[in-house]
Amino acid sequence: MKFVDEYRSEEHAHQFLEQIQKKITRPWTLMEICGGQTHTLLKFGIDELLPREITLVHGPGCPVCVTPIEMIDVAVAIARRPGVLFTSFGDMLRVPGTRTSLLGAKSGGADVRMVYSPLDAVSLARQHRDREVVFFAVGFETTAPANAMAIYEAARLGLTNFSVLCAHVLVPPAMEAILGSPDNVVQGFLAAGHVCTVMGYREYEPIAAKYRIPIVVTGFEPLDLLHGIWMTIAALEDGRWGVENQYTRSVVREGNLRAAAILEEVFEVCDRQWRGVGSIPMSGYRLARAYERFDATARFQVSPEIAPEPSECIAGLILQGKLKPNDCPAFGSTCSPENPIGAPMVSTEGACSAYYLYGRR
Amino acid sequence: MDPKTSTGRLAGLSCPLPANDEETIQMAHGGGGRLTQRLLESVFLPAFDNPALALQHDGAFLDVRAGRMAVSTDSFVISPIFFPGGDIGSLAVHGTVNDLAMCGARPIALTAGFILEEGLPMEALRRIVGSMRAAAAGVGVSIVTGDTKVVDRGKGDGVYINTTGLGMVPDGIRISPDAARPGDRILISGTIADHGIAIMSVREGLQFETAVESDSAPLADLVAGLLERAGGGVHVLRDPTRGGVASVLCEIAGASRVGIRIEEGLVPVREQVRGACEILGLDPLYVANEGKCIAIVAPEHADAALEAMRRHSLGAQAAIIGSVVDEHHGRVVQKSRIGGLRIVERLSGEPLPRIC
Repeated sequence: MKFVDEYRSEEHAHQFLEQIQKKITRPWTLMEICGGQTHTLLKFGIDELLPREITLVHGPGCPVCVTPIEMIDVAVAIARRPGVLFTSFGDMLRVPGTRTSLLGAKSGGADVRMVYSPLDAVSLARQHRDREVVFFAVGFETTAPANAMAIYEAARLGLTNFSVLCAHVLVPPAMEAILGSPDNVVQGFLAAGHVCTVMGYREYEPIAAKYRIPIVVTGFEPLDLLHGIWMTIAALEDGRWGVENQYTRSVVREGNLRAAAILEEVFEVCDRQWRGVGSIPMSGYRLARAYERFDATARFQVSPEIAPEPSECIAGLILQGKLKPNDCPAFGSTCSPENPIGAPMVSTEGACSAYYLYGRR
Repeated sequence: MDPKTSTGRLAGLSCPLPANDEETIQMAHGGGGRLTQRLLESVFLPAFDNPALALQHDGAFLDVRAGRMAVSTDSFVISPIFFPGGDIGSLAVHGTVNDLAMCGARPIALTAGFILEEGLPMEALRRIVGSMRAAAAGVGVSIVTGDTKVVDRGKGDGVYINTTGLGMVPDGIRISPDAARPGDRILISGTIADHGIAIMSVREGLQFETAVESDSAPLADLVAGLLERAGGGVHVLRDPTRGGVASVLCEIAGASRVGIRIEEGLVPVREQVRGACEILGLDPLYVANEGKCIAIVAPEHADAALEAMRRHSLGAQAAIIGSVVDEHHGRVVQKSRIGGLRIVERLSGEPLPRIC
């Protein structure tokens, strides 16, 4: 398939692997930011083809995983209100809150629907004027522009029965939180290509400079990842730091200016809770004042109350790269995709689900 | 029989019926009375016309020769009921005929149970029944007995169909899910994931440049040809419906206590289906098929089996995708396009499209 097969060539993969092997002289720990990258690494068995010196730890870039448990509880509470039509991306539906998930609420009678685009939620609000249509706006900078566009569109249409439960998060503050931690192990980052497609990579430059580490903007196909790993290892071995761009077919330094403009219009940066990690300053989006009327928490008068995580779940440590999924005693025993204790076991981007699905026990 | 017979008109006079009784299904169509009889006479009996059914007895009589029989049952609750490449009627015939074929059996008779939702347009029912008739005729099998119930509006999804099939297994054929042996080759009769992607694209209103059609088709002939050419060498047959190829291979690896190794690059997937899976974050190995079979065949019969499949119009893109191995027992391993290995796990829950 065009634009896919080129990035899955066995021959080129082996050329990268040989180059990495030749270059590497000592152990290095790299973190891939995005859960999509984690899944590619495991699905194609790249983790097992790399030299032993390389340890890959898996980053926080799984929107489902980092959405705080109390937000799921709020989502469930809103979905159960009479007259509400609650919409969400499919991934979010199975994530357990304190008591139940959105799928659980659905089987209990709530009208919960999966949408593929936030604009579908806006269409539902137009079709069902007598219902309150709520969209669960989660995700990183990648999904934020489309969600912002939906809110902008709802405003333009003058919809009064549409609102969003906003739980957007931002990558750079999370990277800083990881690097600033006293027991940080990460020596180089593979930054998430799609996030940088939207935001560019200027905001990573001060982080690379402050912590003197290489950050390589990397794509999602097997060859992208091998190329990104090669660039990071080469920088580490040569003692270089700074931001480099592997994903040049999609990312420019300035990012997508029109996407940035709609984000600026609809959202403003705020402190945000990260599931299993805690509050990170200036690490999320909330609705800007001009769009506050679309805030579901205000409309339904519910506010997230900090809820405790299940004690046996170490998702927070996994999302910060401090432990790996198979270090968890619950992994594969009490916690599995059928019966997930933590969000990373649910999401198609979660590190625990990747380890489970691709048999890294 | 024509519904507008004189008896029908008289019945209408003596016991007034709503004016649209011919246009939609009503509760009384399942009540066992005159409307039920009219439904039978106007829709089911003419379509499925055969001597066993014409008796209108509580059951059907079948004359069969002595030997080994296979029986299989399946319920069809698909939504939407009409989809690109088929409908619930053809699917209900193909599904059960294929389950019989996977037992190595030639189908001889089907039963059909209908659960209709009040308000279902009669035209839709006629279309579905017509498509069942065509599908059954296509494999030379009769629908010999059946049942119809009607549920209140809102309590069904238009129509649900259950079919049960009976088939005869030719002498010398022993197909069993625990019969895979190390060294056996794994064959698939064509491209995978077509049905699941076709349904998902209609259900969720996804539009792709090229429409994807369901692969719903009867495999009885293809399997008969395969057994003729490679007979005793065919150890396992399965149709990878729900849960896809991955789930079936996991089940075979578990039942036969062997390892299975496949190669991603050898698994045939249509370009547009691969594209849809990439976009949705789905793995085609887990997406449903309705007209494909997996055959696990002794190595010395593998080439003949592949040729037999390819000779059939439904098997033109058949391929050998891997082999049974004497390691990692109970597990399926896939070699990725770039050479890495990964375990293929059973599906957990419904596959949900990803966020980004």
